Amino acid sequence: MTFFGYRLPGMSSLILWGLLWEIVGQSGTTFFIPPLSEVFSTLFSVVPTAAFQKALYETAYAFIAGVLCATCIGIPVGIVIGKSRLLDELLLPWVNVFLSAPLTALVPVLMVLFGFGMKSIVITTTLFGIWTVILNARAGVKQINRSLVEMAHSFGASPWDAFTKIYFWAALPEILSGVRIGIIRAVKGVIIGQLLISIVGFGALFELYSANFLMSHFWAVLIVLFALAFSISEFLAYLERRVSYYAAKR
Amino acid sequence: MPDSAVSTRNITKFYGEVEALRDLSLEFPRGQLTSLLGPSGCGKTTLLKIIGGLLDPTSGEVEVNGQTVTGPGPDRAFVFQNFALLPWASVLRNVAFGLEMRGVAKSEREDIAERYINQVGLGGFENAYPHELSGGMRQRVGLARALSVDSQVLLMDEPFSAVDEQTRRKFQEDLLDLVQNENKTFIFVTHSIEEAVYVSDQIAILLPRPSRVHEIIRPTINRDSARNIRRDPEYLDIVDEIWASLRSYVE
Repeated sequence: MTFFGYRLPGMSSLILWGLLWEIVGQSGTTFFIPPLSEVFSTLFSVVPTAAFQKALYETAYAFIAGVLCATCIGIPVGIVIGKSRLLDELLLPWVNVFLSAPLTALVPVLMVLFGFGMKSIVITTTLFGIWTVILNARAGVKQINRSLVEMAHSFGASPWDAFTKIYFWAALPEILSGVRIGIIRAVKGVIIGQLLISIVGFGALFELYSANFLMSHFWAVLIVLFALAFSISEFLAYLERRVSYYAAKR
Repeated sequence: MPDSAVSTRNITKFYGEVEALRDLSLEFPRGQLTSLLGPSGCGKTTLLKIIGGLLDPTSGEVEVNGQTVTGPGPDRAFVFQNFALLPWASVLRNVAFGLEMRGVAKSEREDIAERYINQVGLGGFENAYPHELSGGMRQRVGLARALSVDSQVLLMDEPFSAVDEQTRRKFQEDLLDLVQNENKTFIFVTHSIEEAVYVSDQIAILLPRPSRVHEIIRPTINRDSARNIRRDPEYLDIVDEIWASLRSYVE
């Protein structure tokens, strides 16, 4: 975007919103919105504390474990149902049900099944992320160029070769965008898990700060969380652009 | 006449209710190029895929060097109409793909691939990706991939139909050299009468609904000089003759 002839760098609109936030905060309209400058100074004082680091560790652990489960299970399942008509008919309705289901409502059931610990949080995170991974991997396989499959077959590729050397790579652009959306959903999953299952990690911090009306602490942690999720998603978008050169030419 | 490298015996193929091929028997002489020529929908690609083992015939059988075909095998290699290159892999890896599937070690298969990349005239493009190449160059990659597995039989499914006219002419000349120098049996599907007469030792004309062999023509054009083929009276006669028998089948 250009502004009075100057080229503005990406996301410069954030400055405007930040200013607005500061003004609203300074005017003291509501305790709910402290000035942005105060939020940032809180942020720098909170980040080095042991409580924050522990929360970060607990959240990152559950998040990474959940995302790993979602991708390691989701990608092969998506490829397999994309290849097999029968499995597609059997499993696709469930994938669609879970994709649109209010998963938060399932969390109490998970607690009964898997207890109140980290395991349930990881499973919640997985459940939030996995469905778009499956659907996208499936879509990627569905649009594969039939002649690539035929080619591999004609040169004697085993089913495993076809899976790892054709289907996976042909579906990679879709798989990456599925993982990217899945990760964004998994952030929701991990926080909801931490709020509902056992009060640990960032969930515990949110709970603590909002219960004590420490709004600048609350916003500071939220900003950290947003920034983390945004960087991961941007990193995946970068990977996606790297493979997009062949997305149109399969 | 040399013995047959490939024979098809009483091949019938149904797609559901539709009879694509009926009782089709053909011999493909060793070391020669046989074209399957016919209007679209005459089942020539179906027949080629059955020979390649990519499709099963409803009845009848294919023999390659006396062995009945039950699926794809190392004795046959395919060149595809739309090239079928891996868009995420370099030229080198694409050419070596057939060898990779056969379990040849990486350094060895890359040596072999390198040799065939040079042979098809793509030296220097080893690390290029398919989307960086022209259509003609992509098909050279497809050809190098099929040559590098060193199969006795080369199956070519309208390999030049997706490249431009001038490139196609160059390909046709190169193909004549290839048939001469490589001791391989070529089975070549085309819908171009001129192309078939130009490159073939034997032309099988297929007619549709249901497909069967209408006629087998064995041109005896002197191909010592590629430049004179299109002026040879026999070339012109055969082209006319084939058109006369095909024209009533073309909508």
